[in-house]
Amino acid sequence: MIVPTMAEMMAQGKQPEVLFWVGAAGSYDDRAKKISRAFVKILHQANVDFAVLGTEESSTGDAAKRAGNEFLFQMQAMMNIEVLNGYEVKKIVTCDPHSFNTLKNEYPELGGKYEVFHHTQFIQNLISEGRLKIDDTTLKGKRVTFHDPCYLGRANDVYESPRELIKRLGVNLTEMKRNKSTALCCGAGGAQMFKDAEKGDKEVNVLRTEDALETKPQIIATGCPYCNTMMTDGIKFKEKEAEVEVKDIAELIAEANNL
Amino acid sequence: MEYLPNIFFALALALGFGFFAMNIRKLSRNIKLGKDVNRKDRKPERLKNMMMIALGQSKMIKRPFSGFLHIIVYVGFIIINIEVLEIIIDGLFGTHRVFQGVLGNGFYAFLIGFFEILAALVFVAVVIFWLRRNVSNIKRFLSKEMKGWPKSDGNNILYFEMVLMSLFLVMNATDTVFQQAGIGNPISQFIEPLFDSFSPESIHMIERSAWWIHILGILVFLNYLYYSKHLHILLAFPNTYFANLNPKGQFNNLESVTTEVKLMMDPDADPYAMPAEGAEEVVPEKFGASDVADLHWVQLLNAYTCTECGRCTSACPANLTGKELSPRKIMMDTRDRLEEVGRNIDANKGVFVDDGKQLLNDYISPEELWACTSCNACVEECPVNIDPLSIILDMRRYLVMEESAAPQELNMMMTNIENNGAPWQYNQQDRLNWKDEE
Ligand code: SF4
Ligand code: SF4
Repeated sequence: MIVPTMAEMMAQGKQPEVLFWVGAAGSYDDRAKKISRAFVKILHQANVDFAVLGTEESSTGDAAKRAGNEFLFQMQAMMNIEVLNGYEVKKIVTCDPHSFNTLKNEYPELGGKYEVFHHTQFIQNLISEGRLKIDDTTLKGKRVTFHDPCYLGRANDVYESPRELIKRLGVNLTEMKRNKSTALCCGAGGAQMFKDAEKGDKEVNVLRTEDALETKPQIIATGCPYCNTMMTDGIKFKEKEAEVEVKDIAELIAEANNL
Repeated sequence: MEYLPNIFFALALALGFGFFAMNIRKLSRNIKLGKDVNRKDRKPERLKNMMMIALGQSKMIKRPFSGFLHIIVYVGFIIINIEVLEIIIDGLFGTHRVFQGVLGNGFYAFLIGFFEILAALVFVAVVIFWLRRNVSNIKRFLSKEMKGWPKSDGNNILYFEMVLMSLFLVMNATDTVFQQAGIGNPISQFIEPLFDSFSPESIHMIERSAWWIHILGILVFLNYLYYSKHLHILLAFPNTYFANLNPKGQFNNLESVTTEVKLMMDPDADPYAMPAEGAEEVVPEKFGASDVADLHWVQLLNAYTCTECGRCTSACPANLTGKELSPRKIMMDTRDRLEEVGRNIDANKGVFVDDGKQLLNDYISPEELWACTSCNACVEECPVNIDPLSIILDMRRYLVMEESAAPQELNMMMTNIENNGAPWQYNQQDRLNWKDEE
């Protein structure tokens, strides 16, 4: 798979249209790596001139900040900003709502001002510019429900672009009882991903999976690598792996377009 | 002698408002114990928020049933104040139904008739509220933090409203002249027959008593507010005005940290440099919050504004899955502690004397704080734009940066970020390996 880096681009004296911020999950997590690859396939299909930072990318610091470690966050932020500004990056796209939120909202004050897109927003733009088409026959009629990631939805009011894309797949989109601004967290945010939950009577991801299962879906669509992991675990916990798939919207589009 | 009631009325009024004013000054002093935060920008947006959310109740109606009932009580409260104005003028100058002459019979009849209907509706709404609180099993009214005073406070207000509305209607029903004129008595005319067997003197006595108890009741109600979650009927306005306007996911960047990080990263900075001659000795700022004075004033205003409705808690994923965390409790604890600090200051001639307590641990436990997923559901739900998450985050910051007291797994995650640039233990050189795996 061809994934150019900013360093290579610079060596050739080129400036790509957009930087793909892969994020730690998208780089290292086996499940999330598939999302990164699916998204790159889409970028290739739409002939988008992009690059990644590769080994020069580092954690945005989102998890550190939300855990309360403002020092570590700001050190990460300043390092990343130095790299990004060094490459004169203007436009960033990412599949991770946490990176999206941090780059978009928390970096500007520290000197990193970029135009930041979530991959669902970016793909939607590609479609409206006529650069990409989604084949609505492959997945036609499948029952799909969408789980809103907190850091995309409530945190940044992005509710429509993922839904617009899902509808273009020709599938049957059904909403959970808690959706959009009232969506329930998957349980991973605020650095919860990296620790055991406090004691309670249930795991958050199980409760959220129950919300999803009430809609009798064939596919649970997600737009965040962490939500993806949490929902996948939830489905396993409910022993529904045979009936229900958890897929990122990028993966669904790649599948629909046979990429 | 004939001026005695007027004098007594003026005194009661002065006392009622005076005491209230005193408490409001205390309230504003307590809020100012908080740190500064700039919420003076973007005035038009702020005004719009206040108009829509506090005045227009736009977030209340997201739950249509309680929202609708609340609007009745709210409109009743605002509009019936016109009636209170008449009572005040009558009381001070010894007039009787002074607006009747000023506004003319027709309009007066319309107004009072409208008030009577509202009063009846408010009464019904309040009875339903009482039933919801005390009879039906609605989870958010039964939580741990709602035992004791919070529960009786909620009910007290409902009793107050029931009594005040009844008094208003009885006062009208026993006003013989008003009843005979047959103007503006759509509800009280049905109460009037109850008093048929009474002598004219006792009817007049009842009318006067209802009138007096009504207005005295309102003064007591006014002063009760300060001690109650019902302070929200006043504070909802400033609270929505000063609420955060940035995207909910955007957490503030601590400036004190920025300065230090910049110094650390600047190769030219001399870490051992002496402060310039004459420069003020800077006291290193505390990172994060362990007590109310570490929070900013909007967070403290939030605490006084909280109506304890529990909408936040009923949407909180941690709470829904049985964890200790309840964002409502975070707000109630903050207010309780702030009140305690305020009483301490009063008792010690204007200065706070260390009482060996703080918000963290004595009120809010780390276990509660660590259960938060920062999902913003509580912030979204709150009908008066309170931000419990910001307090949770500031307290986590204290735990981590001042006390190094994060859960072990989070420490590992943070070490990994520091060393490998990722929350997991992977080599940064492997960051692009994903492109060649299939
Ligand atoms: S932000 Fe935290 S306190 Fe608020 S609803 Fe989410 S988990 Fe609960
Ligand atoms: S914070 Fe808001 S939603 Fe929560 S109890 Fe208080 S007023 Fe209700």
